[in-house]
Amino acid sequence: MTAGHSGAWETVIGLEVHAQIIAKAKLFSGAATDFGAPPNTQVSPVDAAFPGMLPVLNRFCVEQAVKSGLGLEAEINLRSVFERKNYFYPDLPAGYQISQYQQPLVGRGRVLIDLPDGTTRAIGITRLHLEQDAGKSLHDQHPDLSYVDLNRAGIALMEIVSEPDLRSAEEAGIYLRKLRAILRYLGTCDGNMEEGSLRVDCNVSVRRPGAALGTRCEIKNLNSIRFVMQAIDYEARRQIAILEEGGQVVQQTRLFDPDRGVTRPMRTKEEAHDYRYFPDPDLLPLVLDPAWVAQIRANLPELPDAKKARFIAQYGLSAYDAGVLVAERASADFFEAVAAGRDAKTAANWVMGELFAALHRKGLSIEHSPVSPRQLGELIDLIADGTISGRIAKEVFAEMVETGAEPRAIVERKGLRQVSDAAAIAAAVAAVLAREADKVAQYRAGRDKLFGYFVGQVMRATAGKANPALVNQILRQKLAE
Amino acid sequence: MSASLLALSVAELRDGLRRRAFSATELARAYNAAVEAARPLNAYITPTPERALAMAAAADQRLARGAALPLDGVPIAVKDLFCTKDVPTTAGSRMLDGFRPPYESTVTEKLWRAGAVMLGKTNLDEFAMGSSSTTSWYGPVLNPWRRPGDNRPLVPGGSSGGSAAAVAAHAAAAAIGTDTGGSIRQPASFCGVVGLKPTYGRCSRWGVVAFASSLDHPGPLTRTVRDAAIMLAAMAGHDPRDSTSAPVPVPDFEAALTGDIRGLRIGIPREYRRDGMPVEIEQLWRRGIDWLATAGAEPIEISLPMTEYALPAYYIIAPAEASSNLARYDGVRFGLRIAGESLEDMYELTRAAGFGAEVRRRILIGTYVLSAGYYDAYYLKAQRVRTLIARDFARAFERVDALLMPTAPSAAFAVGDNSDDPIAMYLNDVFTVPANLAGLPAVSVPAGLSADGLPLGLQILGRAFDEATILRVAEIIERAADFRHRPSFLAEEMR
Repeated sequence: MTAGHSGAWETVIGLEVHAQIIAKAKLFSGAATDFGAPPNTQVSPVDAAFPGMLPVLNRFCVEQAVKSGLGLEAEINLRSVFERKNYFYPDLPAGYQISQYQQPLVGRGRVLIDLPDGTTRAIGITRLHLEQDAGKSLHDQHPDLSYVDLNRAGIALMEIVSEPDLRSAEEAGIYLRKLRAILRYLGTCDGNMEEGSLRVDCNVSVRRPGAALGTRCEIKNLNSIRFVMQAIDYEARRQIAILEEGGQVVQQTRLFDPDRGVTRPMRTKEEAHDYRYFPDPDLLPLVLDPAWVAQIRANLPELPDAKKARFIAQYGLSAYDAGVLVAERASADFFEAVAAGRDAKTAANWVMGELFAALHRKGLSIEHSPVSPRQLGELIDLIADGTISGRIAKEVFAEMVETGAEPRAIVERKGLRQVSDAAAIAAAVAAVLAREADKVAQYRAGRDKLFGYFVGQVMRATAGKANPALVNQILRQKLAE
Repeated sequence: MSASLLALSVAELRDGLRRRAFSATELARAYNAAVEAARPLNAYITPTPERALAMAAAADQRLARGAALPLDGVPIAVKDLFCTKDVPTTAGSRMLDGFRPPYESTVTEKLWRAGAVMLGKTNLDEFAMGSSSTTSWYGPVLNPWRRPGDNRPLVPGGSSGGSAAAVAAHAAAAAIGTDTGGSIRQPASFCGVVGLKPTYGRCSRWGVVAFASSLDHPGPLTRTVRDAAIMLAAMAGHDPRDSTSAPVPVPDFEAALTGDIRGLRIGIPREYRRDGMPVEIEQLWRRGIDWLATAGAEPIEISLPMTEYALPAYYIIAPAEASSNLARYDGVRFGLRIAGESLEDMYELTRAAGFGAEVRRRILIGTYVLSAGYYDAYYLKAQRVRTLIARDFARAFERVDALLMPTAPSAAFAVGDNSDDPIAMYLNDVFTVPANLAGLPAVSVPAGLSADGLPLGLQILGRAFDEATILRVAEIIERAADFRHRPSFLAEEMR
């Protein structure tokens, strides 16, 4: 809800996400799909729309889309139809994109999003359909000419359309992160927005709370969640400003300028293309065997929501911690590997605390963590069995991050093994108490707070290696004497 | 010697080559000369004599080893709509000027693998759009037939007019074409040869320049029904590269020519008896019915009520698909490019210069019928008609085994006739388009001459994937008609 000077406004957002399917070959041609290959090296005559070339559907891409649909708890349509979306552009070699229109592969589904206030809301999925990507026009290679790179032409995309169920930029961001997590869990899209694997069109309108939907504008082709959120915020403010001045929002397609943080008109409804959709006569309707779909369903991996529930039940984690850990499948897997046979809370604290901080600092993803789950687990074991204290463990961990060395080796090499010899600790305690006789007197006169000071002094005297529990125990004894 | 070689059928050539009565090289030389001699017909766009000799030499080696392939050494012509690797492929259009495909179409690949020898690429209506073979950028094809005592040039029909004319004039032993609304059968009828449109999905469309994907059918044009059976066997078969290709076995079509049609029920669709149909065509049809009855078949009058809607439905669906299929000719990647000030300029200049009037007309019609607001009224309705036409046939085939009807409503007409009246031109396809809309096999076989001495064909239409039956029936007509007339232009008589 946004407060205007004439009252409250509600922003209504629906998202169309173009998610590139993880597959070795394109949707209809068999050409390779590697990112970053030299221009026009992953192009078959089918992708270049040479005369007489025909599309043949890549079965694996269909499987990936079905898997995604099931992950979105959606209906799978056993019969779907590929249609041609006709328009002219040099990076669209055939002059049409093969897409699905009237009969998509996947129908209604939903994505649950966890809102900051602790509630969970279902965002409706309208449909998911398969389509080909276009190539890329390069306008900056030559002063007068445009170049075309067809490597991307024909790569399989899933267009995932949401209902207009989102109410703020923040919700849109949460939805996109969740959707991306689901696709990554499924292994159907890597969600890599910098490489264009996930691109977003936002439909934004504003209305008075409870009123009918306002006129929407579509902001095309956003390639980061941050831009999506900025674009929605800007666009909602722009529309509210127009309406508050008594104007009318014009239905438009707009582009977001990330440098200036504004949206600009691309084309109005009158200039909209007439895509002349019709069923592609080169492709038969796609008819799926229900047994095949059932098999895909049976082999679905555990998805974020289920995993979160299990983490709460199985490991006793808080909803918040479980939510953080399951946001990426790799984090959840890392956590579970660390937690196996250990105290789960400790494992969660280490993963979410020291590990995440270190990865963030170094700009690494958890897949590239310099510390393996086994190593982190062993470090935790060293604390648990009293070999080192928690404080020393942080030191050891810092070194593990830098060098990748084994925790035990670091402890041995640096002589960090915890002193649990009661006699040695008692000697250190005695020495400290003798030196600090006046503070001992104050303590005994009732300044309880000095206990911590004595602990600190003992730890210092033992270079931090003394077993803190023993230090506490012996100190109390000696002070009580 | 060579003159008599040119007169032989594919079946006769096959046997003669295996007997070593003549060599494939000898035969290729004779046909290369015939292709040269037939230049006045403009049947070929690109003759490939060197390739013919090289292929013939390879065939001779196999023949000598006794390892002959089914079509070893048989010289054939290829409609210039089939992509042939490194050989110019024009579709009769300026748009594909300079285009040499880096691939070979499935059907031609199969023919070469069967030992056939390529004589060249034949002329056609631009992008196969036409019924007269007069819309080619490379000029009109002339029919080797003339009306006796009348020297006006006639059209060979279209769009596979170059293929039909070449076979009729003995400038090819056989040829392949494509049939989208009659483009094999109508020119076969006009030129006095056999033209077979197989079932949709029988022959792969991979590597065939698309006109209307759901209606395009590759098929053979030959001098005899047996030759059509031989050619089809080599061309047919499932192709995983064409999603609409049917994964069904290819029977021995030649073995189906038993000469026995006793008990076969032949449907005679009353809706094909049109007002204003020339009497001679009506008479020819009757004669055909009598021939089949005499051979022991049972003619049964049937009704195909949706017939009158076939032509209008066809002239919506075919242009709709064409408007999309031809969008790839944009000057960006291959063929003609006329540079302009802007991208839109380049598109407009290239497509205006590259496409002829008929192609432009169909692109406009197709774009219109798919446009928002018109789609339901035109394209969708036409698709419904198409479904109903298929249902008509399905019902008919509950009662009969094949249908007999004329191939075309007239004999060949003069070059220039109908050229300013697209509707009159489109009416040529009235008897042939239903089989395309339903995807059913149909064959045209020469059955007689018109009053002014021009060939007329009868058409036999069958169940899906039952080419065997229509070929069997066609052979009965062929025998009964005993069509021995020859066109006024024969390659061997031109030297």
